[in-house]
Amino acid sequence: MAELRYAEALHAALLGEMRRDPSVVVFGEDVGVYGGVFKVTRDMQAEFGPERVRDTPISEQVIAGMAVGASMMGLKPVAEIMYVDFLPLCLDQLLNQASVLPFVWGDQVTLPFVLRTQGGAGAGAGAQHSKSLEAMVAHIPGIKVVMPATPADAKGLLAAAIRDPNPVVFIEHKFLYNTRGPVPDGEHLVEIGKAAIARPGSDVTIVASSRMVLESLKAAEALAAEGISAEVVDIRTLRPLDTETIVGSVRRTHRCVVVNEGWRFGGYGAELAATIGELAFGWLDAPVARLGALDMPVPYSQPLELATIPDAARIAAAARDAVRAGHG
Amino acid sequence: MQNAPSLEMQAELYMKMQVVRLLEEAIGRLHKEGRTRGPIHRCDGQEAVGIGATAALEREDIVTSTHRGHAHYVGKGVDTGRLMAEIMGRATGTCRGRGGHMLVADREVGLLGGCGIVGGALPVAVGQALAFQVRRQPSVVLAFYGDGAAQIGACHEAMNAAALWKLPLVFLCEHNLYGLTVHARAQSSVADLASRAAGYGIPGEIVDGNDVLAVHAATARAVQRARRGEGPTLVEAKTYRLLGFSTSDVGGYQPAEEVAAWKPRDPIPNMAARLAAELGADRVAALDADAAAEVERAVAFALESPLPAIGELDAGEYVKGAA
Ligand SMILES: Cc1ncc(C[n+]2csc(CCOP(=O)(O)OP(=O)(O)O)c2C)c(N)n1
Ligand SMILES: [Mg+2]
Repeated sequence: MAELRYAEALHAALLGEMRRDPSVVVFGEDVGVYGGVFKVTRDMQAEFGPERVRDTPISEQVIAGMAVGASMMGLKPVAEIMYVDFLPLCLDQLLNQASVLPFVWGDQVTLPFVLRTQGGAGAGAGAQHSKSLEAMVAHIPGIKVVMPATPADAKGLLAAAIRDPNPVVFIEHKFLYNTRGPVPDGEHLVEIGKAAIARPGSDVTIVASSRMVLESLKAAEALAAEGISAEVVDIRTLRPLDTETIVGSVRRTHRCVVVNEGWRFGGYGAELAATIGELAFGWLDAPVARLGALDMPVPYSQPLELATIPDAARIAAAARDAVRAGHG
Repeated sequence: MQNAPSLEMQAELYMKMQVVRLLEEAIGRLHKEGRTRGPIHRCDGQEAVGIGATAALEREDIVTSTHRGHAHYVGKGVDTGRLMAEIMGRATGTCRGRGGHMLVADREVGLLGGCGIVGGALPVAVGQALAFQVRRQPSVVLAFYGDGAAQIGACHEAMNAAALWKLPLVFLCEHNLYGLTVHARAQSSVADLASRAAGYGIPGEIVDGNDVLAVHAATARAVQRARRGEGPTLVEAKTYRLLGFSTSDVGGYQPAEEVAAWKPRDPIPNMAARLAAELGADRVAALDADAAAEVERAVAFALESPLPAIGELDAGEYVKGAA
């Protein structure tokens, strides 16, 4: 077990899979010579050559379409879209090709590719480089959507995504790349479709993903000092969703806060809240609280930017309210 | 002519064009009787493009198609019965009735496949060709697209990438003068789309799309070039859609004089006359009869075939196991 940064853990997973399986290829903007703008593919072109680690033109449709076409012909592409904000440029390939072809072509093709990207606010990157658009892809059937929160999961989920026979959209967080944590050495796989209890608790369940897991853990720490025991569920895979773990937790704690960094309206939190409402209504002592980004573009100026996304204080406040409502 | 096909092969090309024509006429009749579903795009008058181009391929080569793909499908060797069954939504269709006429695929014969999103298959074709190149397979991809599709961003991205990496890919533009109802002169900055090839540093060739042998020859040159590792070629086949955009087209935008001018260029009677001069009118009549019998069998097979069982929707949205 080594202490690695999240970006290093991703790099380790990619390296392991590329060494293990010659059909794994990496392509995207700036991933080759430079090693990726977040350095996840650092030094890989030197080891595997420009054919397996390929810089592409700034052509998002071709990057995604190439993943579709190459995967149906026997390669296992790991394509990179630099910012999730650019994903709409290739959404057609996800919606109208990747989601569609395996089913409508009567199971004649599988599309074992991974589309890596990253999102999230808080870095002063402005409205076109800070969004969280996971709800948009999680809406699409036939595609898996993964968002690791820890370095260990980053490694284990990326390796699992590369070995998965389905298209996987793998969304990293720009703020997590430098976070550190213990990561198992060698081969490490984390099952896609399984949530994790990031912190056990008994009074309220906080369901979160990606960077919001870290904020939720901070909130849980603060709540503990007030005598409130919060359980934090890191959903890890947004589609297919591990409803069992989430609902199991809510049935134990009877209160729930769902946190997502994307826009609240029509967002991923709505799916979580609805699922919990359907499957745990009788166990709830308070309405499910739903935290998300303000429904507006992400502003540039720091105080404005930070005010648009959920944080530990807001999560703790929502949990406190849920617990109080539950006692009332 | 370079690579001129034998007379026997010419006879086969003719028969395949006739199969496509008769199959589409049968679809037209079924549509009138209210027995088809959704809009169906026929290629009457354009059969020479799909049939001539696909004849330049090997079975292992891949074709990506469009919303107007019947000639591509038949040319690549899809069984006409299973094709017709797919168009009629039957369980025996190539995609078990899930795709319909715009989304026909048949991996066995290298059709991957139809696409109802204009230009949407071109980036996919880049990936398929990339896989051939990376895996050192000697196969090529033939990507059909329309003059309308030539105006979409995906087309530009695909051409640049394919040219950049010298991928084994042939872009075959089926220029039928219209994108849906809008004439090319109102859609395209240039009349000859082959001229755009220069912008990507690849060869562009214009060919008479109503001459099946000319289409075959031009495509064969492009395919050989691709197989030699020299990269993509843009072949622009000039042709014309004699009927409407689809079975739901109410018309009114194709001037009568324009249709009248193209009618004598219909590739099927022209090829019939050419073949009759070489092989005799009886042989052509026999080919016509064979084509009619094949289409009759295909339609009968489709109509006798069962509809899919609802239960197959329970399979779940994902493929299981390892990649
Ligand atoms: C991205 C997209 N835009 C619009 C349409 C609607 N549409 C279907 S076919 C077509 C015309 C395409 O023209 P062309 O590529 O020349 O093909 P043709 O119909 O002439 O064979 C249009 C606009 C579509 N299916 N996909
Ligand atoms: Mg057209």
